[in-house]
Amino acid sequence: MLIAIFIIFALQLFGEALQQFFGLSIPGPVIGLILLLAALTLTKSNRQSPFVALRGKLISTSEHILAYLSLLFVPIGVGVIMHLQLLETQALRILLVILLGTISTMIFTALVFSKIHSRKDHE
Amino acid sequence: MSDSAKLYQVWVYLQAEPLFWLTLTIGAYLLADKIYKLCNLFPILNPVAVSIMIVSTCLITFEVEYERYFDGAKFIHFLLGPATVALAIPIYLNWNVVTRARKAIIFTVLIAGLFALCATYTIALLVGLDVTTIKTLLPRNVTAPIAMGISEVIGGVPSLTAIVTIITGILGAALGTFILDLFKIKNMAARGFAFGLASHGIGTARAMARNEEAGVFAAVAMGLSGIVTAVMIPLIFLVISDLI
Repeated sequence: MLIAIFIIFALQLFGEALQQFFGLSIPGPVIGLILLLAALTLTKSNRQSPFVALRGKLISTSEHILAYLSLLFVPIGVGVIMHLQLLETQALRILLVILLGTISTMIFTALVFSKIHSRKDHE
Repeated sequence: MSDSAKLYQVWVYLQAEPLFWLTLTIGAYLLADKIYKLCNLFPILNPVAVSIMIVSTCLITFEVEYERYFDGAKFIHFLLGPATVALAIPIYLNWNVVTRARKAIIFTVLIAGLFALCATYTIALLVGLDVTTIKTLLPRNVTAPIAMGISEVIGGVPSLTAIVTIITGILGAALGTFILDLFKIKNMAARGFAFGLASHGIGTARAMARNEEAGVFAAVAMGLSGIVTAVMIPLIFLVISDLI
């Protein structure tokens, strides 16, 4: 457990360091995510890889953290009270963007995916 | 000293401590989660949205500044970073799905991910929103921890991004089935993928509840589109600022 937490923290730390060093605009934690995914998939068949040896611990620890993912948005989400004025004037327009954006994205995604996916099945 | 004066003193003491705000946050979330389950996971009662409303109402009623609240609640907020790293695990666990349908997955994530950004940008511009609000809205279709991270680096308002991201998820989960039926999409993988890409975790939960195959593809779409969008938005901003 502790070693898995250490690896996750260390990868985020490394991600933040890379972001700062190269002046990247990709969030540090996302770099950490990519590094963890790469470490797990690239060393999949390598028994010596520490990531493979700790696979089980990494999975169970991550699942514990992700089980409470929703709770973690609350503190920053409450920050909305600082922007009530902005919401008052733009709420309807923002809602319209979300509604139309979500519907169009959903249709577009499903159409593109089914086009490629079914063609592959016919081959 | 009267009892009420003493009580007031206790309140003054406690509200300066992180413990009070941590307890309030967890309590509000547990209550919201309970309500959500009692109402059969009715999408509008999303527990994150409800807990934000409970805590916000408390702060406004008792005239507490957000900074004071966040000073305590930041210990919960801190875990958002590690949780983002941990999102690698669900993608890894579905890796065989990713490799089996990799052509459709990679192509769709790139094209539809770009489409989502263009759609948000164009509609936001058309209705006349200002630049900061557009930046706040841009990452709204990816999972909240990543969306907030993107919002912060491109100069949006992360807390507002959290709200619009949650609303996106709720709308996608509530309307998705109807929209996809309307367009006669029968391929379960494609349906799930659309749920995950357009409305991240909340949509994924919905897809999982209806069909297992759709759920797996939704989870994959959510994870990969989060990564792709996090890389794509800053790149686009870099290209645009170079052109100007």
